[in-house]
Amino acid sequence: MRVALFLTCVNDTLFPETGKAVVRLLERLGCEVDFPAGQTCCGQMHFNTGYRDDARPMARRFVSTFGGYEAVVVPSGSCAAMVREWYPSLGVTPPGGVFELTEFIVDVLGVTDVGAYFPHTVTYHPTCHSLRSLKVGSRPLDLLASVRGLTLVPLGGAEECCGFGGTFALKNPAVSAAMCSDKVRGVLDTGAEVLCAADNSCLMHIGGALSRQRTGVRVMHLAEILAATEEAS
Amino acid sequence: MNTFVGMPAFPEASSAAVSDAQLRYNLRKATHTIRAKRAAVVGEQPDWAALRAAGAAIKDRTLRHLDVYLERLETAVTEAGGTVHWAADAAEANRIVTGLVKATGETEVVKVKSMATQEIGLNEALEAAGIRAYETDLAELIVQLGDDLPSHILVPAIHRSRSEIREIFLSKMAAWGRPAPAGLADDPRALAEAARLHLRERFLSAKVGISGANFAVAETGTLVVLESEGNGRMCLTLPETLISVVGIEKIVPTWRDLEVFMQLLPRSSTGERMNPYTSTWTGATEGQTFHLVLLDNGRTSVLADEVGRQALRCIRCSACLNVCPVYERAGGHAYGSVYPGPIGTILTPQLRGMASPLEESLPYASTLCGACYEVCPVAINIPEVLLDLRSKVVAHGHVGQRVAMGAARRVLNSPRWLSVTQRSAGRLRRWTPRRLPGPLSAWSDTRDVPRPPKESFRQWWAANR
Amino acid sequence: MSSRDRILARVRSALSDVPREENPGDVPVPREYERSRTGVDVVELLVDRLTDYRAQVHEVSDVAAAVAEALTRREARRLAVPPGVPDAWLRSVEAVHDDPPLPNVELDSLDGVLTGCAVAIAETGTIVLDAGPDQGRRALTLVPDYHLCVVRRDQIVRTVPEAVGRLDPSRPLTWISGPSATSDIELNRVEGVHGPRTLEVLIV
Repeated sequence: MRVALFLTCVNDTLFPETGKAVVRLLERLGCEVDFPAGQTCCGQMHFNTGYRDDARPMARRFVSTFGGYEAVVVPSGSCAAMVREWYPSLGVTPPGGVFELTEFIVDVLGVTDVGAYFPHTVTYHPTCHSLRSLKVGSRPLDLLASVRGLTLVPLGGAEECCGFGGTFALKNPAVSAAMCSDKVRGVLDTGAEVLCAADNSCLMHIGGALSRQRTGVRVMHLAEILAATEEAS
Repeated sequence: MNTFVGMPAFPEASSAAVSDAQLRYNLRKATHTIRAKRAAVVGEQPDWAALRAAGAAIKDRTLRHLDVYLERLETAVTEAGGTVHWAADAAEANRIVTGLVKATGETEVVKVKSMATQEIGLNEALEAAGIRAYETDLAELIVQLGDDLPSHILVPAIHRSRSEIREIFLSKMAAWGRPAPAGLADDPRALAEAARLHLRERFLSAKVGISGANFAVAETGTLVVLESEGNGRMCLTLPETLISVVGIEKIVPTWRDLEVFMQLLPRSSTGERMNPYTSTWTGATEGQTFHLVLLDNGRTSVLADEVGRQALRCIRCSACLNVCPVYERAGGHAYGSVYPGPIGTILTPQLRGMASPLEESLPYASTLCGACYEVCPVAINIPEVLLDLRSKVVAHGHVGQRVAMGAARRVLNSPRWLSVTQRSAGRLRRWTPRRLPGPLSAWSDTRDVPRPPKESFRQWWAANR
Repeated sequence: MSSRDRILARVRSALSDVPREENPGDVPVPREYERSRTGVDVVELLVDRLTDYRAQVHEVSDVAAAVAEALTRREARRLAVPPGVPDAWLRSVEAVHDDPPLPNVELDSLDGVLTGCAVAIAETGTIVLDAGPDQGRRALTLVPDYHLCVVRRDQIVRTVPEAVGRLDPSRPLTWISGPSATSDIELNRVEGVHGPRTLEVLIV
């Protein structure tokens, strides 16, 4: 199956390893992956801050870049939600077939065991837009549960927001930091080596605090865990 | 008297709250308790989603034809012996109520907890006219005695712990009536008993009661008040004159519609299958004189906004406050209005207009996590309204942000400029600062800044595929 | 222009997006929720839910005897009684009839009040009074600290919609679910504030 990867501007610029992992993973699952070079940003930051006129050309660019594909895979819950849920309020019709990564693997490919091997203790943070906008439900957990060697430990207060919220972290730093510190405490209470999520923006936020506090807990995008194999390790 | 007038913008007010350890402890404990209770009683209702859909639709029907229903309500109340008054704004509502109380010759009134009368500052207006209003709901009493401000829709004194409440009762009750018993303990039972004794004689002798209403049934003219303590029944039943101040959005079309809301509201609000007491009355009842004051005070401006209109579905259950991670840390006072939490962030700027930096900051007092929308019993899409309000905030002013966002758009909407930026960042990665400058320092104060990679994904893809 | 006219004009202008020909009934209201349900026996359910509120509940066959027992347990004698309560319930009661209406202070000094009810809702543990002859005016069941309420089996419905359908909105209604309570202190439920602190229910 031929799929287009909409990596998102944050992953493209700051977390290329996530992109490489998604490509490895999807190719291993038999997909032919295309990365249309015309892609940039979904427009979420501008839209969420109120700048709809700035977001609209980006939404149109997304549609013209990805309109021709049968399936578009997005390794970010909030960017996928931006396209599917909010493009209509910009007067832009989203293309059909835009899937968040775990939706694509579980629903379209019909796979929960992706043949991954990751011998570490992992806890999972279900990011708000995956959870409540896309309603991905247990898909990410089902995928993690099938990873060989992986010990999944539940995160206390998992469904609570980490306090990132895009420009919220800059506009309301005190509340954002307080939310983040409660999330960090939840992560540390699990004793996990790795905090995993399907959205690098939230991981950048929680990970930034985990690193500042020298906790030694790593953050990893779900795709990087699912791409890991015995041969590669 | 303490008021919300002149409050600072949300970021400032909330950062003070965040550093108040006692407040954060109180709020966390209370909101987590009520969250669990709500989830349990909503979970046992098999048709919750259908009730929620019906509740939203009934409110939408009412709002789309509010003029029809207002006239219908007026007719029904009048036919049942009540008198209907119309108040375009807070000042007019206060004038009407003050005049009605004065006409009775009384200088004291007892009040049932009511958001509408808080919103219009009725107690202050009565005080200025020489009339003392006694709040009778336990939490309102705590707020009134403490010369404090409400911080929650359902439990206005949620920010107070039992020991703080004990202190307030011991030091302030005497000035308002019967003093607190000496040796008062800080156990909730003893505190509730102290409130009972403090208010008992006041109830039995009150001549004028003032209330709001949870619902007003247009078809029958019936008003509905849900409560827990019995203070509502006291105020609604015992006085010779009852004055109810009710927002024009409180209408439901028919009696039958209550079968939906009497299920949605208690479970969402106190997390009970049913609240201890609900009173319904139609017009002048059991020899009482009854006045209904219908209040606009900005509601018609909310109604005029096709996206924001859904905020008027609100039945003031406060479920959105109880699940909100921002409310839990910021506390109610930071929202600068009697409507705190998520519903306040969309209601206050719409009711008051973007009158000050406070109102402009409220639509940004959210991470858009969506927990509020998920629990709202009338399906108000709070994130949707927030996003719409944000676009209205940036439509005027905010020059610095406007310039920055314009620049960001030029980069983010061009594969070429994005690529150039990525390459520059890659080259400068060794100098990734630990502290960022300007507004970005808000990030780096508590979190490390990610170091840009040597090559972006698109560079890697171009080189390898 | 009166405020009435001003508000109605503002409402109409705010609703300029609503097509003129649209009627209120044109706005769809899906009513796919359940008006009735099946399940455990309604009496059993009502007892369970009332007990959950810490009301005292007894299933009885002889009302007069059950009333007598309840009063003995409480060491109560003088009860306010609405005019329509059957004399047969009152064998052991020192009934204080609310006719002419008793002053509030006197109500406050009584040991309690004995009434019937209009409807009881099993799922929510709710008793609804509609000021009928065996229930009396609203103050009667409010001021005394103890409310003894007799519920007939045929007055019990399972769901809230069934109850709403049976009730007459033109009568003043009081829905009672357990004794007076508050959650205003740290959201802990405490029974007993201004309303009757003890609710005792006899199911006949």
